[in-house]
Amino acid sequence: MKLSYFPGCSLDGTAKEYGSSTSAICQALGLELIEIPDWNCCGASSGHSTNYLLGQALAARNLILAEKQGLDMVVACAACFSRFKKTNIALKENAELRGKMEEIMGIPYKGSFEIRHLLDVIYNTVGLETIKKEVTNPLKDLRLVPYYGCVIVRPHELTQFDDEEQPQVIDNLIEAIGAESLPWSDKTECCGASLSLTRVDIVKKLARGIVEMAKEAGAQAIATACPLCQANLDMRYGEDGLPVFYFTELLGLALGIEGKSWLERHITDPLPLLTSLNLVKGE
Amino acid sequence: MKVITIAKTGDEETVEPGFAELVQQISGKELRQCYHCLKCSAGCPINFAMDWAPNQIIRMVQLGLQERILSSSTIWLCASCETCSTRCPNEVDLPTIMDTLKEMAIQNGVRSQQTGIQTFHRVFLNCLREYGRMHEVSLLALYKLLTLNPFEDMGLGIKMFRKGKLTLLPSRIENVHEVEAIFRAFGESKRSKI
Repeated sequence: MKLSYFPGCSLDGTAKEYGSSTSAICQALGLELIEIPDWNCCGASSGHSTNYLLGQALAARNLILAEKQGLDMVVACAACFSRFKKTNIALKENAELRGKMEEIMGIPYKGSFEIRHLLDVIYNTVGLETIKKEVTNPLKDLRLVPYYGCVIVRPHELTQFDDEEQPQVIDNLIEAIGAESLPWSDKTECCGASLSLTRVDIVKKLARGIVEMAKEAGAQAIATACPLCQANLDMRYGEDGLPVFYFTELLGLALGIEGKSWLERHITDPLPLLTSLNLVKGE
Repeated sequence: MKVITIAKTGDEETVEPGFAELVQQISGKELRQCYHCLKCSAGCPINFAMDWAPNQIIRMVQLGLQERILSSSTIWLCASCETCSTRCPNEVDLPTIMDTLKEMAIQNGVRSQQTGIQTFHRVFLNCLREYGRMHEVSLLALYKLLTLNPFEDMGLGIKMFRKGKLTLLPSRIENVHEVEAIFRAFGESKRSKI
């Protein structure tokens, strides 16, 4: 299956390991990702927080480029995904925005394609049965808590993705690759998102609370699907934190893909845990 | 604009009678149905750091307390996590209303104490205009310098660099002129000038 792929800025920078593990597992699972040529930043929080139309227009350029590819679009970053979902509606409802963007880009926009988060594609299109069959290195004895964060699941009318208070997709994926998914309190709590650089105090408090609850639930590590969630939980806890994996890294390891280059990039080193469980080979 | 005296305390308060209608018109979101059940404020992960709770902001919009709202920290600290909008029994879209209020504050030159956040957004968008994408090293360095806090996160930055998480040189997209055209068409918002 071919998909139009929007990596987003984080996957080129601080979340490189999310990008490379995404490419690796998609290839292994028969998904062909065609990167949207010349994509731009979706505008992120700074766009929509300060100038509504500018935020929508920045995201809209990518949707227009994606439609040109004639494929459904897959987005790995939770925040970019949420922006595109909102902008797709804005482009349909706001004639001024659509008109100006069509003029700038020289292409009409119909919105005749689906915008999907990577989790949705892996879970609903590839499916757990296929994944189970492909697992060669089950992540036995690894106790994880699934962490969804905010905008993959919220608001449901927009994302059309799993339950917004009690989502199960990552839970079931964790079980499918042989690890244990623990029930816990904070699966949809907010990590403080883009306040990461501006209000370090707030993000430290939120990240600390979430990681503490994961520890209390008995987890050895956290599984996530958002670059900002990963960064905040991985970097803002301090010493004695828990490793925070992208679900794609876990899937990759279970599929037998050599993933050391991903794992070495984490701030909280996950290798001692994985080596102790014989899930990656030691030095 | 009208100045009223609060009977109980004798304090004077400036009220803008048409403010709620204006916020509704700009945001395209209805807020009159809010009956202050406090679900938004109870679930808000950042409530503890805000000067006014989310529902108090909605109440103040309903009452027209424009000055207090536009200078509050709450509108800038909202992380758009959508917990409030998900749980609201009256489908009040608080994150979108918070965005509108931020935009109004900028358009009308109201400075809040959260100047760091305003600076961050400005630096972010300038970087995006220049390269078409976000270059995290430029963003980090410029932001920390402009907020006169260059050493905050220095240790973490070095650690991130060692782990290969930072790309030193920015890359510019090919058709950055299209991004420039977007900034020219939409960059100067006039929609929320009061």
